[in-house]
Amino acid sequence: MIAELGLAALWLAAALAALQLIAGALALTQRGAALAGIVRPVAVAQGVLALVSFLALVVLFWQTDLSVELVAKNSHSAKPLLYKLTGTWGNHEGSMLLWAMVMGLSGSLVALIERRLPEPTMLATLAGQAFVSLGFYAFLLASSNPFTRLNPAAIEGAGLNPLLQDPGLAFHPPTLYIGYVGLSVAFSFAIGALVTREVGPAFARAMRPWVLGSWIFLTIGIVAGSYWAYYELGWGGWWFWDPVENASLMPWLAATALLHSVSVLAARNALRAWTVMLGVVAFSMSMVGTFLVRSGILTSVHAFAVDPQRGSFILGLLVLYIGGALLLFGLRASSVSEGERFAATSREGALVFNNVMLSAILGIVLVGTLYPLLAEALGAKVSVGPPYFNPVSAIFAVPMLLVLAVGPLLRWRRDSLSRIRLQLVLPVLLFVGALVWGASDAMGILPALGLALAAMLAVASFLPLKGRKLRQVKLPLWGMVVAHFGVAVALLGMASDAAFTKERLVALREGEVTEVGPWTVKLQRIEPVAGPNWTALRADLAASYAGGKVSELHPAARSFWSPPTETSEAALKTRWNGQLYAVLGEESQGGRWQLRLWWKPFVPMIWYGGLLIALGGLLALWGRVASDLRRFVARDKIAWRRSRQGR
Amino acid sequence: MTRAWLLIAVLAVWAAPLQAQDGVPPAPYANVQLADPAQEAKAHALMLTLRCLKCQSQSIADSDAPMAGDMRSLVRERIAAGEDPEAIRAWLVERYGDYVSYAPRVTPLTWPLYVIPLVLLAAVGLVLRRRLRKGDSA
Repeated sequence: MIAELGLAALWLAAALAALQLIAGALALTQRGAALAGIVRPVAVAQGVLALVSFLALVVLFWQTDLSVELVAKNSHSAKPLLYKLTGTWGNHEGSMLLWAMVMGLSGSLVALIERRLPEPTMLATLAGQAFVSLGFYAFLLASSNPFTRLNPAAIEGAGLNPLLQDPGLAFHPPTLYIGYVGLSVAFSFAIGALVTREVGPAFARAMRPWVLGSWIFLTIGIVAGSYWAYYELGWGGWWFWDPVENASLMPWLAATALLHSVSVLAARNALRAWTVMLGVVAFSMSMVGTFLVRSGILTSVHAFAVDPQRGSFILGLLVLYIGGALLLFGLRASSVSEGERFAATSREGALVFNNVMLSAILGIVLVGTLYPLLAEALGAKVSVGPPYFNPVSAIFAVPMLLVLAVGPLLRWRRDSLSRIRLQLVLPVLLFVGALVWGASDAMGILPALGLALAAMLAVASFLPLKGRKLRQVKLPLWGMVVAHFGVAVALLGMASDAAFTKERLVALREGEVTEVGPWTVKLQRIEPVAGPNWTALRADLAASYAGGKVSELHPAARSFWSPPTETSEAALKTRWNGQLYAVLGEESQGGRWQLRLWWKPFVPMIWYGGLLIALGGLLALWGRVASDLRRFVARDKIAWRRSRQGR
Repeated sequence: MTRAWLLIAVLAVWAAPLQAQDGVPPAPYANVQLADPAQEAKAHALMLTLRCLKCQSQSIADSDAPMAGDMRSLVRERIAAGEDPEAIRAWLVERYGDYVSYAPRVTPLTWPLYVIPLVLLAAVGLVLRRRLRKGDSA
């Protein structure tokens, strides 16, 4: 019953999306103007129906309804409730439904609260949003129906991959998807503006909160995913340049560029065509990422070729939407003028530099991610990994980060470096000092550069506050300062992890002691423990930092029985200056147990920095939305007074 | 009922190492560091750039797979014997193909990987020059 309800809601949502597209498009013409009134309500209803459909699937997973194929394949009655619920999106069909639901709700939200866009642009935007939604509804209904019944029902479910049974991963996909799909709003705004040719500061101010919102979620999603990989995979790596990671990084890079160019457009009415282009590119990257992750092409090009139905469907959508948007851009770009001009040394100049560099990094990541797939299609298997991505992206990232120290200090339109040279003395000294110190430590070029840039940015990010009364500083400026400081903090963590990590691999008997960095670690006991759907061997470690207080760590090796899988649960001990990371391996000969221990100085800074970046975004969003609200309230008051006087 | 499960669980736990003993023991240097820190650092740096062939997107330095362990052992033994890291990489590539190395070689198939960044660099320079010059004269 619930499955049928969910499926019906999904069909209805698809039908409403079609209606929204047609009505929105017709309403732009003279004869169809009467339809304008229904577009917003339809958009709201479409989102609500998508939500109903998604909630129906959640209920099916909650009840472990084994007569539904998807539940039988991906869930198990003995699974903890949290993972039953989060199992909803731990599979292909469920995650695509989550995608479509977020997309529908974004459209609803735009229809409900966006007031600043001129009406024609708004109609075109909602039509564009419906057009994209429609493709994903069609994909779900045609080739990924999550509500397919199983007759007869399964006796027991097959279970969820134990790696995914983790609180961190439970909320990673929804966060990331809100970010991914939230960018569809920027995409639809860009389409709407291209259709009506209304690109200007008002458009930018309307678009900015949406971009900021999705960018915050993307940032948090990537940070959470990176931390999950760090502690769950049990090897202490936090970024692997894995295609799935790159799939989330690419929209983030585009959205970061968009965030900065939209500010230029809002403040100075410059970079018009470029901003619209980035709006198209950002969501295109979301779709490319979805294609990579969901088509099965990553496992093997051949696996994709053997069962091409889903992959080709998404590929078709990709070509349709990206190609269509680029075509529209090509046709209209010439009529969207570039806007106001500015000197090279100016705030705009620095932001253009940042945008171009981010785009180049995006290009590198895209090429490096797609190339192995292309090569495999041509019959050769190659791998592209950290030895390629790290140095090649650094070529662009290092100049960008240098300019990041200076850009926020420059004035709009025209400025000179000599005006701000006194402020730059300290950051430059820090940069050079850290670089010299790093070079003398023989830690490698990239970690040394990372430390130097972090030292410089840590100071430079606060310089825009200089000479201001802190209480009067507006929230968006605080947001910028905090986010840029977050970049410095994250860089410190990355460089420190690369330069200073200490590793110890040992086989210990119970009672034996080893050392890693400043830590002394004793293996006290190995004991068996049991959880709801696993059993484990757990090590009791007593660790003390530089002979200080003893703390306990419990790394474990878990065996799940459905599906039968072994995972290792790392144990972490965090201090202000770093993390001790312990993993229990197998038993080796003579009652010894394999232990992997790492001392990773300042490594948590990577994620603290990432969170600071997101917090900066949040402050900016808060500030913008609050001032918008104040303006609306004031405007409504004036309108109300006038109407009273009129009477 | 719970007790019965617990009993089974505990038994299963103690049975696991017995099963493990049936398997081939890991290679000598799979999980053992080299005594010389400089050599170990060299070996580790190389391991980070070699792909575990049995895993999805993991280097042999980040994998529990037995084959990754064998390859780690091989890398450490050869580094200890004084072999150059790039020579070891070349040997592995010859044996397992380009797929094993995360640092793509320049071949007739892979040269665009290295040319595209140069093209991007040129494009970036061009865009910046055009945009920023044009603005200057305004």
